[in-house]
Amino acid sequence: MRFFIDMRERDSLFAGIDKITVLIYLALVLIGWISIYAAVYQEDHSSIFDISQNYGKQLIWIAIALFLAVIVVLVDIRFFPAFSYLIYIVVILLLIAVLFKGTVVAGSKSWFQIGGFALQPAELAKYATCLALARALSNDFFDMRTIKGKAIAFAIIGLPAILVLLQNDTGSALVFSSYLIAFYREGLSGYLFIAGFAVILLSVLTLLLGPALMIISVAVIAVVSILFIKRNRTNIVKVISIFLVAAAFIFTVEYSFENILQAHQKSRINVLLGKEIDLKGAGYNLNQSKIAIGSGGLKGKGFLQGTQTKYSFVPEQSTDFIFCTIGEEWGFIGSVIVIALYIILIIRLINMAERQRSDFARIYGYGVASVVTFHFIINIGMTIGLVPVIGIPLPFISYGGSSLMAFTLLLFTFVKQDAHRLDLL
Amino acid sequence: MRKPYTDRKYIIIGFVIAVGIIFILKLFHIQIIDKSYKLSADNNVLRYMTQYPARGLIYDRNGKLMVYNEAAYDLMVVPRLVKNIDTVEFCNIIGIDRETFISNISRAKKYSFFKPSVFEAQISRETYGFLEEKLFKYPGFFVQIRTLRKYTEPIAAHILGYIGEVSNRVIESNPYYKMGDYIGISGIEKTYEEILRGKKGVKIMMVDVHNREVGNYMEGKFDTLSEMGSDIYLTIDAELQAYGEYLMKNKRGSIVAIEPATGEILALVSSPTYDPGLMVGRTRTKNYFLMSKDSLKPLFNRALMATYPPGSTFKMANALVALKYETLTPQSRYGCSGKQSQPIRCTHSHETPLALRGAIEHSCNSYFWATFRDLIGSSKFKNTAEAFQQWTETMHSFGLGKPVGGDLFGEQSGKIPQSGEYNRIYGVNRWRALTIRSLSIGQGEILLTPVQLANMATIYANRGSYYPPHLLRSVTQRSDSIALPEFKKKYTSVNQNHFHDIVDGMHQVFSGSHGTARWYRIDTIPMCGKTGTSENPHGKDHSLFIAFAPMDNPKIAIAVVVENSGFGATWAVPIATLMMEKYFNGEIVRKHIEERMVNAILY
Repeated sequence: MRFFIDMRERDSLFAGIDKITVLIYLALVLIGWISIYAAVYQEDHSSIFDISQNYGKQLIWIAIALFLAVIVVLVDIRFFPAFSYLIYIVVILLLIAVLFKGTVVAGSKSWFQIGGFALQPAELAKYATCLALARALSNDFFDMRTIKGKAIAFAIIGLPAILVLLQNDTGSALVFSSYLIAFYREGLSGYLFIAGFAVILLSVLTLLLGPALMIISVAVIAVVSILFIKRNRTNIVKVISIFLVAAAFIFTVEYSFENILQAHQKSRINVLLGKEIDLKGAGYNLNQSKIAIGSGGLKGKGFLQGTQTKYSFVPEQSTDFIFCTIGEEWGFIGSVIVIALYIILIIRLINMAERQRSDFARIYGYGVASVVTFHFIINIGMTIGLVPVIGIPLPFISYGGSSLMAFTLLLFTFVKQDAHRLDLL
Repeated sequence: MRKPYTDRKYIIIGFVIAVGIIFILKLFHIQIIDKSYKLSADNNVLRYMTQYPARGLIYDRNGKLMVYNEAAYDLMVVPRLVKNIDTVEFCNIIGIDRETFISNISRAKKYSFFKPSVFEAQISRETYGFLEEKLFKYPGFFVQIRTLRKYTEPIAAHILGYIGEVSNRVIESNPYYKMGDYIGISGIEKTYEEILRGKKGVKIMMVDVHNREVGNYMEGKFDTLSEMGSDIYLTIDAELQAYGEYLMKNKRGSIVAIEPATGEILALVSSPTYDPGLMVGRTRTKNYFLMSKDSLKPLFNRALMATYPPGSTFKMANALVALKYETLTPQSRYGCSGKQSQPIRCTHSHETPLALRGAIEHSCNSYFWATFRDLIGSSKFKNTAEAFQQWTETMHSFGLGKPVGGDLFGEQSGKIPQSGEYNRIYGVNRWRALTIRSLSIGQGEILLTPVQLANMATIYANRGSYYPPHLLRSVTQRSDSIALPEFKKKYTSVNQNHFHDIVDGMHQVFSGSHGTARWYRIDTIPMCGKTGTSENPHGKDHSLFIAFAPMDNPKIAIAVVVENSGFGATWAVPIATLMMEKYFNGEIVRKHIEERMVNAILY
């Protein structure tokens, strides 16, 4: 233990702010705005301040987001742990309220309409959940390895996830699973991820090969393993129970796919697995997206020169499919730069989290890194056809006020705590 | 401070870097290696041609074709590509003036610079032929083949409805529709839009700088074929429908005929009607405007939307409520003093006192007033309001007071009054059966649509049950996964036993020596019916009639309304019996009646 108190004079309110993080943030927001402008560009719309257009609105959102960032930096850091539960409760209440009072946009009842702008509480829920998790998991008596610890952690992410699911916004609900990355860092068993991977593998193979073939294959694997392992009672019981669980799971997959998933979700998965060539529905978006990105080539077509993103019938050109515009107009080089920026940002966040002295700040930092990672993987993965089409935005870049504000709050709350890391004992 | 899992940081970072590398490899593949996504320098534009499916055909119940398609040509434009064209020559070719050209192009620009939109809809085949050769001179323009509706006969306009260009409101709320698409706007075309429309396809063409299509993009790998819409078989009997429209010529009113065993609508006539061919293509807007100005309202579907006091056709329903609550037995007799009767006059002269069957045969007002009074004033109920609420609820079980149909576009509710309404008008406990006596003979606040009237006839035919009247018989599915509506059998809240005397009474209306429809009976077809003469604020009484036949195992139930024409027996009865004669025998023996009906002008 080091007994060290940082006695440096704070010459400015912004001292200690991590410059790399802020610069990457600004770079991504700028890239975002340029891409939104390009995505909705029409020759007869000249003013960049035209607020009837997405780029004009986004300019306002950026201004508000920067203002929020400054406010967060000015707040006393004790505010965040102290108010984390309260913020969480308020946001949960908003999520409930939106179920009754919300406006339906694209099939999801997840928006509050305020004048010309819409607010999506699910975005704020990511921030609130991150704070509440940091507070709960940093409790001295909290231990992720115990059942109670897991129960608390999963309850905190489960509640908003279920509420968002009830809004029929599956994509945003899945985001809450990203905190598992932070849980892992806090002691959640790695076997859970191996199990998770096994679950995904079994699901994919079941959907591809059908349950009958899968049961036979799993049975063969079980028999072979029994032949090769040390054949004592416990081992055999283990293999057989794993086999039974896997078999039950295979049937569950088949049943849930046929009976629980909605038609559009089924077709998205089928398209990804190559079982279905739905060039008008799910497959159409994906193909348009790939044509746009692919046609960008090495150097891209240049700013405003992209045609595919404009011709395509992809409905979310400036939100979920914004990466297409980047891929088309800035090519492989531009795409790699954006990917690199995200990876640097995420690694930076993780390293910053590790250098925190308070458990609260560390857990919070991992939470931020987790959410950004999840969005990054799902969104870009979706546009290039590696992940099913799940409608969630690309952090800092996609059009949308709620998303930009939520990510700005998330990020700067951490940057602020990081700036004060040496103030603590 | 506990930091027992610090090294897990490396696993997480390793994972993120691995994902990044996978992404970059994938991007490298689609952006650098796979040349198929590139366009060569000459083919700098892709044209997304929507492949419009032919709309599903519509047949009648016997498989007779009613609606089919015909090719038409839409001139499309992509504003961004329109450069240096000879506007004057272009306007001459397609026969428009300069102003139209400017307004068309600016409308297209407003929609999108990059996406094609309709410049001029449905140009003629000749214009298309001429333009096709010169199209290379007009970059940005191309022709898209569409289909228009055609009708085998000028009948059933209200049933079939029409299609038109999709509105902006629909485009915003439903991603399937794009500007310039057609959509069902009324009738069957609207109700079953999803079945009829089929699936659009898309063909991606590469276009060179000279506006020439130089081939399919990527050998058509991304093209999709359009799928024709599914065909619909209606419950309508086209021949009966045509005959009904023929009979109703020069009259205002409706005929609704239903097959009682299924609820299938055999004919749904609203008169005056119009030729459905008028609502197709470029002349639609003009014709629509003209017809909407017509004082006879040909666009108004009276069979589903007009509401009338049912008059005497309602008397059986009133009697059934009284039978249900046992304030009346089929044997109960009530006296009648003819024109001196109080509080309601009886206009028919007949023997007295009458029991239920005779009362229906003679349509005795005094009898039905007495049964109504005994029901509403009965000591079985707490007070008038409660008794009346039971009456209301029983009427609701007859499919009244709300749309009764299963798939009828624009059907109105009609009206069945409720206690609360009279409480507001007269005050709580300030009204009695006498106050609302008009209801006993189907006048007053009661309003029914012709389809509800026909459904009442169906209920009597079935002795207490019905299927929601509907127009869809079957669909030949071209593409699966379209859910068809189900029409489930419904029962009134009156016991089936009570219907036998009602049906006997309705039979006497034809067979009895004083029956109000006796002049029009047909000996080979045992018919049951009830006339109605409905007083209304618009002038002369409406002539009403409901009927079904044969008496046992009925095949058709029918309601006829002839507006402002007088007694039920004068117009509605002969028209209804002619319809039944046509349905059962295929031809009309009673030519003199037919002639009198067809030649009558009752506007």
